[in-house]
Amino acid sequence: MDIRLHHINKQFDEKQVLKDVNMTIVEGDIYCIMGASGAGKTTLVNILMGIIKQDAGEITGMNKRKIAAVFQEDRLIEHWDAVKNILLVCNKSMDESKVKDALEEVGLKDHLKKPVMDLSGGMRRRVAVVRALMADSELIIMDEPFKGLDEALKQQMIQYVKKRTKGKTVILITHDKEEALGLNAKIISILS
Amino acid sequence: MIRMKKIINLKNNRFKILAVCFWFLLWEVGSRVVDQEILLASPTEVLLTLLELCREIDFWVTIFFSSKRIVTGFLLALCIGTFWAVLSYKSRLVYELVTPFIKVVKATPVASFIILALIWISSKNLSVLISFFMVVPVIFSNVLQGLNATDEKLLQMAKVYRLNNLKKIKAIYIPSILPYLISAVSVGMGLGFKAGIAAEVIGIPANSIGQRMYEAKLYLMTKELFAWSLVIILISILFEKAILIIIHTLYKEHIQKLRELNRK
Ligand SMILES: Nc1ncnc2c1ncn2[C@@H]1O[C@H](COP(=O)(O)OP(=O)(O)O)[C@@H](O)[C@H]1O
Ligand SMILES: [Mg+2]
Repeated sequence: MDIRLHHINKQFDEKQVLKDVNMTIVEGDIYCIMGASGAGKTTLVNILMGIIKQDAGEITGMNKRKIAAVFQEDRLIEHWDAVKNILLVCNKSMDESKVKDALEEVGLKDHLKKPVMDLSGGMRRRVAVVRALMADSELIIMDEPFKGLDEALKQQMIQYVKKRTKGKTVILITHDKEEALGLNAKIISILS
Repeated sequence: MIRMKKIINLKNNRFKILAVCFWFLLWEVGSRVVDQEILLASPTEVLLTLLELCREIDFWVTIFFSSKRIVTGFLLALCIGTFWAVLSYKSRLVYELVTPFIKVVKATPVASFIILALIWISSKNLSVLISFFMVVPVIFSNVLQGLNATDEKLLQMAKVYRLNNLKKIKAIYIPSILPYLISAVSVGMGLGFKAGIAAEVIGIPANSIGQRMYEAKLYLMTKELFAWSLVIILISILFEKAILIIIHTLYKEHIQKLRELNRK
């Protein structure tokens, strides 16, 4: 079932952040939301995830949908290691070895058992991405998932995300047209 | 860096030891100047009295009698205080209901409590009740503070990923409460013992530390009075450490890492 947003409005204090936003997210497609900083991209996906509530408008097709997310901030359990962080959001049936394999694939082989607070920003970002991809989900929402990664790592992560999201609906926020191209994503522009 | 830290620690410890020596010395000098055992016993005499007391079986029976009751009161407060804090966090109604009770208990002088409670229950188990009443507000406030300090963003993350309650408790709530709980245990155990012994001195149940102190006062046995005070301090520290060790073994990984996290 497609996800539809009808006439979504949101303002903070006096500031109108989202004004009459309408869009349709087709099941199984990859979308990139693009727009200037402060345009309201994060606000939009937070409304979609139910973290904040819109002032007006309606969303259909989100009922009981299993979501996985990379938030704008990492939102990891800081004193836990990467493996534990990821197992936290997985089903009971998930093997620890599978989680380790995934982390190795994104270049975190030597950092599996360190508390994530001891990892660099880019490493923590990768943990957050792997967490979203390992969780049982139908819809994956990613808010600037490659933030803080250098070019080579970014390309590697794009390939990784592409491979791991086959058949799933993905909404990804980015500033970077190349990311959108690399993922064969449909582009949604948000104007500020 | 690590070596630097060690050296600083050693220095710190040396200062601590020196400070303790200083106060003992002052005490010793003071007692010699006063030169009246009844007013101020000297530290060496107090220690000797303590060693002598240690040889009596009664001494240990007395310690067991008092500790058992005071620690029971403490543990009851730990469970019930935590339970109330969780309910208060969940429900505004419970919070509003419990708060005046806690405030009144906090504001009431221990002595009023002790005398009032003596009307309700036997002096034998008075210290359970008194230690409970002194400790419960500390546990309640601290655990509630810890719950209120949970990271809203992590709770949102938990909601999006549909984490069950057990996972939320393990990953988010317990780490948030732990630092507050640890300080509550430290403060609470000391309070419990102070108030519990005060209750015994007033209620004078047989075989209690309070009774022994009351008698020591009655017969002007100042050395014994000092020695028993020392005993109270020692056992209250002992039980405080014991409970902290239990918490540390249960949540080892959390505590070490949380400390570093708070430092950052
Ligand atoms: N909780 C909030 N309270 C007040 N203003 C907010 C809040 N969240 C976002 N905003 C404002 O809304 C605008 C859009 O923010 P955001 O959705 O984070 O933009 P983007 O993700 O596109 O950079 C910004 O001007 C921001 O300051
Ligand atoms: Mg944003």
